Amino acid sequence: MEQHPWIPSLTREQVEKMLRVIGVEKIEDLFSDIPSSIKLSCEQWESLDIGLKRPVSEVEAKRIISEKLSRNKKLKTPPFMGGGVYPHYVPPLVKYIISRGEFLTAYTPYQAEISQGLMQALFEYQSLMAELLEMDVVNASMYDWGSATAEAVLMAVRVNKGRKKIILPENMNPLHKQVVEAYTYPHGVKLVTTPYNRETGGVDLEELKKLVDGETAAVYLQYPNFFGVVEADAKAIGEIAHEKGALFITGVYPVALGLLKSPGELGADIAVGEGQPLGLGLNYGGPYLGIFATRYDMNLIRQMPGRIIGLAESYRGERGFAMVLQTREQHIRREKATSNICTNEALMAIAAAVYLSMLGKNGLVKLAEINYYRAHYAWSRMKSIGLEVELFKYDFFNEFPVSFNKHGVKYSLVHEELLKRDIHGGLYIGNYYPELGETALYAFTELHFKEDIDLLVNTLSEILSKR
Amino acid sequence: MSTFRQAKWSEPLIFELGAPGRIGISLPDVEEEKRVVGEVKIPESIKRTSPPNLPELSEVEVVRHFTNLTQMAYGVDNGPVPLGSCTMKYNPRIAWDIAFNSGVDQLHPLQDERTVQGLLELMYELQKWLANIVGMDVCTLHPAAGAHGELAGVLVIRRYHELKGQLDKKTEIIVPDSAHGTNPASAAMAGFKVVEVPSGEDGNVDIEALKSVVGESTAGLMITNPSTLGLFEERILEIAKLLHEYDALLYYDGANLNGIMGYARPGDMGFDIAHINIHKTFSSPHGGGGPGAGPVCVKNRIVDPERNIKLGDLLPGYIVVYDEEKGMYRLKGPGPVSVGLLKSFFANTIPLLWAYTYILMMGPQGLRKVTEHAVLITNYFAKLMEGVRGYEIPYGRGRFRKHEVVLSARPMAEEVGVTAEDVAKGLLDAGLYAPTIYFPLIVKEALMTEFTETETLENIEKYAERLKEISSIAYQDPSKPKEWPLNTSVGRINVPKANHPKYVAPTWRVYIKKMRGEIQ
Repeated sequence: MEQHPWIPSLTREQVEKMLRVIGVEKIEDLFSDIPSSIKLSCEQWESLDIGLKRPVSEVEAKRIISEKLSRNKKLKTPPFMGGGVYPHYVPPLVKYIISRGEFLTAYTPYQAEISQGLMQALFEYQSLMAELLEMDVVNASMYDWGSATAEAVLMAVRVNKGRKKIILPENMNPLHKQVVEAYTYPHGVKLVTTPYNRETGGVDLEELKKLVDGETAAVYLQYPNFFGVVEADAKAIGEIAHEKGALFITGVYPVALGLLKSPGELGADIAVGEGQPLGLGLNYGGPYLGIFATRYDMNLIRQMPGRIIGLAESYRGERGFAMVLQTREQHIRREKATSNICTNEALMAIAAAVYLSMLGKNGLVKLAEINYYRAHYAWSRMKSIGLEVELFKYDFFNEFPVSFNKHGVKYSLVHEELLKRDIHGGLYIGNYYPELGETALYAFTELHFKEDIDLLVNTLSEILSKR
Repeated sequence: MSTFRQAKWSEPLIFELGAPGRIGISLPDVEEEKRVVGEVKIPESIKRTSPPNLPELSEVEVVRHFTNLTQMAYGVDNGPVPLGSCTMKYNPRIAWDIAFNSGVDQLHPLQDERTVQGLLELMYELQKWLANIVGMDVCTLHPAAGAHGELAGVLVIRRYHELKGQLDKKTEIIVPDSAHGTNPASAAMAGFKVVEVPSGEDGNVDIEALKSVVGESTAGLMITNPSTLGLFEERILEIAKLLHEYDALLYYDGANLNGIMGYARPGDMGFDIAHINIHKTFSSPHGGGGPGAGPVCVKNRIVDPERNIKLGDLLPGYIVVYDEEKGMYRLKGPGPVSVGLLKSFFANTIPLLWAYTYILMMGPQGLRKVTEHAVLITNYFAKLMEGVRGYEIPYGRGRFRKHEVVLSARPMAEEVGVTAEDVAKGLLDAGLYAPTIYFPLIVKEALMTEFTETETLENIEKYAERLKEISSIAYQDPSKPKEWPLNTSVGRINVPKANHPKYVAPTWRVYIKKMRGEIQ
């Protein structure tokens, strides 16, 4: 190998020059400090199952990978599936901006003066998100909603020193709950589940009141909750938490905030959420964007995890940006840091900033309405063919549970029949909520056109009528 | 002095642009759906009463704004970014094309496995390749970044001791003083006490000091090899043996894998657990701070013979397995002894696809060349800097470096007061990104420099020349470097002021509130 597009100094002349200057005969001499018992020979290494065991050209690689990816199933419509991330539209402009090399190939702006554009974009993400959430302080991102929730819980335990009890609603995303469990397990945090009201679908206020006490560090509320229900009592839930000195943490789906009250207005102390719906794509699990925000209160801010970009000035008096409040972070505080997070989802934060800039105040509301109406249209249509969709009394945003119990059919069978027709139905939730039986959560967004929804409903009708 | 000039757009904040009533995207209308549904029925108690205070811009304004911002940023696509331990190599565009344009952005992580067989096959192969590269048995692709992988790893260590009924005494994790800050932070997040061991003059861990702290309470050791000094830990086998005698596990921080790939594998050195930084060694872009991916691989050693529990069973997240019976790939979720889920879903698939493309194209031959050239370039640069006035290369005198070399501007700082930070700003002025400065903490005035194999020889020489030039300016007129940078979009940032409680403004919202006196 004497040429490679990604290793420019591979030519014999240049290699010889470097070796001469260093004063060694061959490259291998530079590895003489590796004990021979563990040093791999060229032959040993090249015999390992790595890639195709040989270099592959660009055109060949493209062919190989495209061929494999073509084995993914082609669906007629985006999946009617949410559960924390949703098939939303990704504008080409968002993709274009985050593909620009100056952002894409940069790293954390350790050198502020040459990275002002990157810092401004991240500051704008924080600021746009702050307006959407009506919260003062937003960090430059966490990994995703689940990990952001876990970090919020750990932060609450640090802020509310001595209190170790955290109340999590039964109707929060069960996967987020698992992440909270994994993160808090080593710290002796007591996670207590508060039940949902079977009639409304929202958190049961009476049950919650019984659980919140002087030991409670925080109460978490997801809205819309895992069932898609809008949690009409959100404000009262926050008040119950605050009465006992517990922090109120809310988890949000940002698009829904076009129609729903912001965490700030509801009195949240910490707000988390998933930025994926804001122009990121589904990406089969990531990268996503963990939203993390808090109130302007130094007791809270000092315990906040993650990177924060702040407004700054140069010594010459120009407006600028800098990483601020870094004494919370691992590279300064090491084991005393508020989190170990370093690499985050900065580029995804910029994507969300671009999308929020495109939407603006009216666009965001309109997008929320489209999602709301599409889902409610589907709900009406499903109801009209006799499907059980009125599980809960409270309204929902763009996702709702559909029960197949009274049809006496396993959801897996419905799913199977849909898939045969190249349609991917909702998410089965009977495993998490046995009391709901054969129930699946269906989600609808701007990507599900009326015709798509009609196709889904007509197909469901056909499947059920054959039973 | 170079003629570099960065763009200076004095670009307003997005909140200062646009006009009421503008919009940057056309959205579908839902009149038909509305006719069926009627009015929005969200209860007043939770219904938003006024739209969020977002700026209103047309599409062209959004494009111009962010385009201008990119011109005031600097990545590998602009020039060398030799941030030590960050492995800022070139990010091949073929991998961008595959990762961004192959339709994976439309796949839901909870979709039926049968609908994503193509992608799962790629991820299955990637798990296998990564395991072979680091000499381990089982990998999970789940963690989203290096530090996330570290957390996964130390949680595995915790669960290991828990399952063996010895967690009450296994309370400490040992970390060398040259370690990345994430190591002690991750250990603390997993509930361990951190014990620091010093490095010797030769750059290796001080083995006597290590022996004095290893004991019954040692749960594990986290170490990167080569170290952040760019030096291979020569006594790693002895260290592994010592730790294993106390049933402590060895954790490999993969940040510096680019210095040994193809020459030595953590698994062969005695490590039990290793994370891999996909965005470092395997070329996925750093995105201005992320996303990355931090797969974790382990030796599948027995944890509990009676219950047939192996170390791989403790890994978090989802692992792609091949179901022979059904002839298909499946996602295996966390089992009963796993440390659980560390993020909501599978993995950061987009960077992983990037890595797949990279490894496929390089093959083992290419990967070994990658390391050889990363190391060759580092030592060439170190040689060019040898004896240059104002700088020194502490630790490991006479030893070859691996992926990086740590220069120190201590002589310059002590003699004329020109610091590593000043040197960094002088590099920016020449259109060159600075090394990681003031790290590792054990080196005063540190300039931790890692060019990677993708840098050209001409740029290495230019970089060394510029460092010499900075030194000669510093010794002629030490006040000059204090004025740098002059050629970037803004002058030197007043960081203390930006952090002052009176001025600190983490968002526009806070800035406005402070202006109005609503918050102090």
